[in-house]
Amino acid sequence: MPYRLKSHRLKPFKNFACVVSAAALIALAPAVSLAAGSVTFGQPVEPAGLDPTVGSAVASGEVTWQNIFEGLVAVDRDGNIVPQLATDWTISDDGLSYTFNLRPDVTFHNGVAFDSSVAKFTIERIISDDSTNGQKAYYTVIESVDTPDSGTVVLHLSRPSSNLLYWLGFPTAVMVEPSSVETNKSAPVGTGPFKFDEWRKGDRVLMSAYDGYWGEKPALDAVTARFISDPQAQAAAIMSHDVDVFGKFEAPELFANFKSDDSLTTHVGVGEMEVIAGMNNQRPPFDDIRVRQALMMAVDRPTLIQGVESGFGTPIGSHFSPASPYYVDLTDEYSMNLEKAAELLAEAGYPDGFEFTMKVPTRSYATRSAEILQALFLQIGVMAKIESSDFPATWIQDVFKDTNYDMTIIGHAEALDIGIYARHPYYFNYNNPEFDAVMHEIDAAVTPEARAEGFKKAQKIIAHDMPALFLYSAPKLSVWDAKLTGVWENGPVPSNDMTDVRWTQ
Amino acid sequence: MTPALKHMRRAAGYLAILLVTSFLIFVLIEAAPGDPAEIMLGTSAQLDTVAALRAELGLDRPMLVRYASWIGGVFTGDLGASYTYGTPVGELIADRLAVTVPLTLFATFLAICISLPLGVWAGARPGAVTDGLATIFAQFGIAVPNFWIGLLLILFLSLGLGWFPAGGFPGWGEGLGKAVSALILPAIALAIPQAAVLTRVTRAAVIEVAHEDFVRTARAKGLGRNRALWLHTVPNALLPVVTMLGLQIPFLISGAVLVENVFTLPGIGTLAYQALSQRDLIVVQNVVLMFAIIVIVVNLIVDGLYAILDPRLRTHK
Repeated sequence: MPYRLKSHRLKPFKNFACVVSAAALIALAPAVSLAAGSVTFGQPVEPAGLDPTVGSAVASGEVTWQNIFEGLVAVDRDGNIVPQLATDWTISDDGLSYTFNLRPDVTFHNGVAFDSSVAKFTIERIISDDSTNGQKAYYTVIESVDTPDSGTVVLHLSRPSSNLLYWLGFPTAVMVEPSSVETNKSAPVGTGPFKFDEWRKGDRVLMSAYDGYWGEKPALDAVTARFISDPQAQAAAIMSHDVDVFGKFEAPELFANFKSDDSLTTHVGVGEMEVIAGMNNQRPPFDDIRVRQALMMAVDRPTLIQGVESGFGTPIGSHFSPASPYYVDLTDEYSMNLEKAAELLAEAGYPDGFEFTMKVPTRSYATRSAEILQALFLQIGVMAKIESSDFPATWIQDVFKDTNYDMTIIGHAEALDIGIYARHPYYFNYNNPEFDAVMHEIDAAVTPEARAEGFKKAQKIIAHDMPALFLYSAPKLSVWDAKLTGVWENGPVPSNDMTDVRWTQ
Repeated sequence: MTPALKHMRRAAGYLAILLVTSFLIFVLIEAAPGDPAEIMLGTSAQLDTVAALRAELGLDRPMLVRYASWIGGVFTGDLGASYTYGTPVGELIADRLAVTVPLTLFATFLAICISLPLGVWAGARPGAVTDGLATIFAQFGIAVPNFWIGLLLILFLSLGLGWFPAGGFPGWGEGLGKAVSALILPAIALAIPQAAVLTRVTRAAVIEVAHEDFVRTARAKGLGRNRALWLHTVPNALLPVVTMLGLQIPFLISGAVLVENVFTLPGIGTLAYQALSQRDLIVVQNVVLMFAIIVIVVNLIVDGLYAILDPRLRTHK
């Protein structure tokens, strides 16, 4: 039988051609298009659950706060406390009882009406013994809750707390409907302008406008939250307009690319995160205040900020955000002075420096800061060894809980959190009764002036005691589609409030 | 020994392997520092809040009790509930498999489509220009990590030309076209290193088999070069290729972890990575156990394929 050579010779290449053309056909599939009136915002961390009153509220609040859930009061884009589900309130002269008048005709997304019984349930749940609210500590000052009628709720405090109103506006104190609390984690029910539709875990949360909303209807029909952890992927999603808003972009070195893109609006806002190098204040040589101050004077903060955050960020001299009205600039107190630093080290008994270990969480800002600090400390003969610590798991166990460390680097993201230096135990092992007394004064302050005075005093004490090296306040780098208006520029509360966002064309 | 008994013994052996594996997984994950409750609550939580959450999650029970309740659940089809999401782990894994299984199958398909023709082409005429080109491709594919290929694909094909989305997954409900177009670039990124390895193996196998007596006999009987290649050399060269394909499955899974992160695909890889960093231990245990089962099952399938591909193995039943 004769063989037909030619046709067979072509066979492998025919197969190959088939595959190539099939791939080309698939490639012609249409790209994702944007429906009118919808916005997709991106955030780096997917929340563990969508109920901010359970667990840590940061990531869940970024999705749900002001979009799905609302509180008695709210913190607005400028950091002011404004009425929300309470129309107004009065505080008794002794500061021990807060009376809230509730907004009528508010319904939850499941149709249940909001009234004083819901408010009482929500607050009692936060302070109960089996509460799993991550910020419970800020609310335990509440002793009991009264409901004289369905439109009024009264909180009775065990001592005055000037911070309470602020924390009632925070995502951890949003109003939850009693019958939905078991399922809010996966299918949240709130009173906000958008209702929850679907959570595609690992990827996105879909929300749409709620017809029964008590306030002004939002301009958008639908809002989607997308979770993108990799900074390169974040940048790609923004530049391809797959994501319209990214409120907390994490790679400053890529941020410059957006500035030259006319289709994007960028904003360098002030955030609430202070990046500090905490030290174990009970472990030698860090138990000596002179050593801590000397290390601070070896640090050139602008150089550090340039290296770590591409220059975005503000130097700080104490544990306070420059965005706060109570902020005092203390960066000159122990600014870089190598001679003085060497003198202090010699006085403390370390004329030739010493060696120690920095346990650095696996976060890019922390590892970069560690490398720069290592070089800066060498100038005064101090040798830092860098040890990487898996974040959050290992770091929380090893540094935060067991305080088995010399120095670490971490960003503290909560607002007005200078009170951590009065916590015992806390990972700094810092103890100054004078500071603790000032924190009590602040809590008991009844006038805004007294409160401001207290915060200033507190900042000065730790700027001198230096339980941690105060490095910089991290920027809030945000970027959004140039055709959008109404996006929050600063971040007084970690959030992505889409209520006022609209397309201009 | 009857064949039935033999099969039962074999099955019991695999079961024992799985039990030992599951215990090792559990102990290793337990030994890792970090407490799920503390991680979920963040750094400002009070001690009593942490204790309340630990009790709620059942983490306050002794280790062996937790192991027994997990593995008992696995046998009855209840994998437990995720600490972080609060939803059943079985559902969570099933959702993610709907992305990862198509992705890895797509990548394997692409890898075979690239490597078989290329390997045969190269092996048919060792030393020719075609062989050189195939070898360059193989070197490149092995040397370059898949996530970097992924980044380049995003840069040129998504951002540059706008042909594909730059990441994310719209879900199968949004239409086949959208879902498939979201998987094309990740599949290519995942396929190229696999294709490189398979090209090398195919090329080597083709060269080796081409020197066997039966190929020479076929040629001597008047069979043309291409006919001998496709009818005699290639079928006999497939055995090592299939072995390699089986060995590549674990690499495909670990590759998927990186590629899914670059493309932000909600697959099993991102689930494993996220669960591990959050210490969502129950999810990690189940996912790792599933990986172990996949590897065992793939090995079984490869064993079965040998019998089909190599008639000599069929006679020793």
